[in-house]
Amino acid sequence: MTMQTLSLAPWLVATPMLGAAVLLLAGRRSDRWGHWLGVLASAATFVVGLVMLLDMLGTPADARVAQHTVGTWLDAGPLHVDLGFQVDPLSMTFVMLVTFVGTLIHVYSVAYMDHDVDRRRFFAYLNLFVAAMLLLVLADSYLLLFVGWEGVGLASFLLIGFWDGRRENAVAGKKAFVMNRVGDMGLIVAMMLMLATFGAVDFSTVLGAAGDGSAAGVSQGTMTAIGLMLLLAACGKSAQLPLQAWLGDAMAGPTPVSALIHAATMVTAGVYLLVRSGPLLEAAPDAQLVVAIVGALTLLFGAVVGTAKDDIKKALAASTMSQIGYMMLAAGLGPVGYAFAIFHLLTHGFFKAGLFLGAGSVMHAMDDDVNMRRFGGLARLLPVTAITMGLGWLAILGVPPFSGFWSKDKIIEAAFVGEGWRPWVFGTVALLGAGITAYYMSRLFFMTFMGRRRWRDGGPDDRQRDDGAPVRHPHESPALMTWPMIVLAVGSVALGGLLAVGDGFVTWLEPVTGHVEHHEPVLPVWLLITLTLLLVALGVVLAFRQYAVAAVPVTPPPASVLVRAARVDLHQDDVNEAVVMRPGQYLTRSLVYGDRTVVDAGWLGLAGAIGRLGTRLRGLQNGYVRSYAATMLGGLGVVALVVWLLAN
Amino acid sequence: MTATGGEAALFWVLAPLMVLASLGLLVARKAVHAAICVMFVMVCLAILYVAQEAPFLGVVQVVVYTGAVMMLFLFVLMLVGIDAADSLTETIRGQRWIGVLLGVGLAVVLLGVISRAAFPPAVGLAEANAVTNPVALARLMFSEYVLAMEVVGVLLVTAALAGLVLTHRRRLSSRPTQRALAAAKVAALPEGKTITPLPAPGVYAQNNAMDTPALGPDGRPLEHSVPRVLRIRGQQRSATAVLAAEETLVGRELAEAGLLTAEADPPGTSSGTSTGLDSDGPDSDGPAPDGPATDEEGR
Amino acid sequence: MEITNYLGLAVILFALGAATVLLRRNAIIVFMGVELMLNATNLAFVTFARMHGDLTGQVLAFFVMVVAAAEVVVGLAIIIMIFRARRSASVDDVNLLQS
Repeated sequence: MTMQTLSLAPWLVATPMLGAAVLLLAGRRSDRWGHWLGVLASAATFVVGLVMLLDMLGTPADARVAQHTVGTWLDAGPLHVDLGFQVDPLSMTFVMLVTFVGTLIHVYSVAYMDHDVDRRRFFAYLNLFVAAMLLLVLADSYLLLFVGWEGVGLASFLLIGFWDGRRENAVAGKKAFVMNRVGDMGLIVAMMLMLATFGAVDFSTVLGAAGDGSAAGVSQGTMTAIGLMLLLAACGKSAQLPLQAWLGDAMAGPTPVSALIHAATMVTAGVYLLVRSGPLLEAAPDAQLVVAIVGALTLLFGAVVGTAKDDIKKALAASTMSQIGYMMLAAGLGPVGYAFAIFHLLTHGFFKAGLFLGAGSVMHAMDDDVNMRRFGGLARLLPVTAITMGLGWLAILGVPPFSGFWSKDKIIEAAFVGEGWRPWVFGTVALLGAGITAYYMSRLFFMTFMGRRRWRDGGPDDRQRDDGAPVRHPHESPALMTWPMIVLAVGSVALGGLLAVGDGFVTWLEPVTGHVEHHEPVLPVWLLITLTLLLVALGVVLAFRQYAVAAVPVTPPPASVLVRAARVDLHQDDVNEAVVMRPGQYLTRSLVYGDRTVVDAGWLGLAGAIGRLGTRLRGLQNGYVRSYAATMLGGLGVVALVVWLLAN
Repeated sequence: MTATGGEAALFWVLAPLMVLASLGLLVARKAVHAAICVMFVMVCLAILYVAQEAPFLGVVQVVVYTGAVMMLFLFVLMLVGIDAADSLTETIRGQRWIGVLLGVGLAVVLLGVISRAAFPPAVGLAEANAVTNPVALARLMFSEYVLAMEVVGVLLVTAALAGLVLTHRRRLSSRPTQRALAAAKVAALPEGKTITPLPAPGVYAQNNAMDTPALGPDGRPLEHSVPRVLRIRGQQRSATAVLAAEETLVGRELAEAGLLTAEADPPGTSSGTSTGLDSDGPDSDGPAPDGPATDEEGR
Repeated sequence: MEITNYLGLAVILFALGAATVLLRRNAIIVFMGVELMLNATNLAFVTFARMHGDLTGQVLAFFVMVVAAAEVVVGLAIIIMIFRARRSASVDDVNLLQS
């Protein structure tokens, strides 16, 4: 890469940061043009990123990894951290995803947030979100990554709780923030361990030491601890078990925020962290196994929850959780899976953003209703939304030749690679997940766009029909909203195939993830593809029968234990409350009690005693000059007495 | 050195008197009495100074203390109220006991110190006073202590200025014009005030005093013609008492002139008061009212 | 008679003056008590001068008198000011400096 383009790297972060700063500092003066400034900042960042990408494509593969150091950030004795940017195929992939999808979401938001009085502030936060995410992926050290990591957490907190006039939205923002803090703790501890073990926190030193075997002197336990701490961090940011509970509630934010969080900026950070730390995980096989297990569990968890959700956004959120589970699973499989994890992340970014924007469009049409049991038959009224969401649906299902097929199928294949029990367990889970994904995504699509209308348009022909159904006037969204959806839909269709040609994307990432010889899965590839497609088809057919052909009840019907549990997110909040919150509250209360009765009482008693003493002594200060004279004379008498006694 | 017999006699006469006078200062109800006691002590001190071979100081004591300082005290007493009697009831709890204890204790301790101290044999001032006491003092003061003299001079000037500044009263509002005063008087009419000056106290053939009320056109005494201060102090006399005294006097003169007939009764004896000049004002025996306040307001 | 008897007299006068300051409330009488204490010290000074055959004691007594005169001027002015402001010459009425 040439120096000129490399030195553009800081601008990738600075541009949206400047946008956010201007929007926040200019205040209401920028209300009229602020949203366009936000779009401009995001688009300019995309252009800068594109220039860098083109330059990188013109560079030989072995020269694509570069660092651009702006200056010294910290110089504290043995700890030396530069303010530097890591520019390589991995970070550029993220830059393109974040800026491209982010810009589309910006454009979409211009129309979506049209009636919101705080639209300018919203765009400021969006820009901040993009800037923080870019800093996260461009940082060349864990410490600088942590800055972006926290920035992402802050921006997500601000955006999830954007409509903080309602208490539950504010609580959702707080929940996301607090659960992210748990993950942040993991990253901090991991950095401490790195500092203690390698004496540095920058990627080149840490990963180099972990990768070339010079970490042989480091105990296996330390490496496992670092790996597990990184996993904890990734779990917090990427909503993996056991820190998954915030993701569903995060739907409280405006829909473009959900799209941004799920597609580009937030939940992908955990996957990025793990892929970036690949050499570290390689050196800690136990931690790597745990990563894969967590990914597999979350994959199933999200899928099961997704089947029972009636809230369109929460169903999509569960789907994200499940898809990120795929990526984590891939990241936990080692070098075999890194490239596919990122590949799936990329394609997922496109179709999930498209699905969320589509969901926003549906909500826009249905007066912000999110209950799918009150949708139905919207395909003809919202043709663009239906088609774009349909393409996204096919992509996430993994139907060839849509994007998802190329990435997800590779992950399933990779899951079947290996020896012993692992390929069978992980492979089966991944396969099952694909089937369940097909079921719940089809359920979402059919409940929304197909079947009978479960709402009224208030027209003359359904006047007499009064079954309590809400009156809606669905209409297609404005062009500013549909065009981003169309672009994303095109990406959902074509991106996977384009990048998969000749293993192009895997080769592209090789400078970072390393070259991996092709391993044969334990089952033949054609069989895996066939099995996957069969399961997908089964899921689609089941969903079609249940939700397109049969009438959908407007209230959730009584169901089995599993479904009831899935409806309440498999009791994740109850578990959190029972395991963490109540003991924590009890501990806090007992600490408060102890503080009040022992510490406070002691000090208050002391203070009270001194106060009472002061009150007594205050009596001496009665303001009567004769009293003071008496004191003075008494002193004189004492002096005279002492003199007398000493003289004797 | 022991004093001569004459000096001893002087001391033993004056010392008890001075202690008594000082006790008078301590217990006198009226400030004027206290001031007189102090003056007595100071004059006695002057005599003792002279006896102790310090004639210059004796003279200065008389001039400065009795002549200037105590006169200033008396002036201030007049300003503040001459009979500002001080209530001897103690208001601060325990202060009386503390005061007595400290006074006695101090005296005991200091007397103990004096009695135990080993003094060198007294020298006497015969040698120092060889050129007469004032000349010797002057030589000392204007040579060794000349700086102190200057400083004391500055101090006196400063104190004089301070006295002027402290007692200077700043006028807070402009002086009322005669027109304004007249308007205020007319405006006060509805409140029962009069425009004219208050009637002068009574003028009778026998009694031309401030404490006698004047008689109105209807023959009734006008209470408010007596100065307010006297009324508050209860020192005014009633008109009837004055009349009775007058008639008693007329009767006595007539009797002396031999013109009194047996059946002729002096008029007004029915009032039964022949104690002509007795004060029968209200509260004449009551506790004195707040002297300073009354005085100031009555002025 | 010993000359130290003068010192005894001075002590007694001083103690009486001090007691006056402590016990009386009329500011003028209190002030007179202070003057009495000053005079008692003067007597002691004069006595010491005679005892040591040194006139410095008398010079000091002289300065005490002058300073006392200045003090009386200022003190009485203050008393008059207080009286004007509070219509009272009682030192107990001037007790704003309290808790």
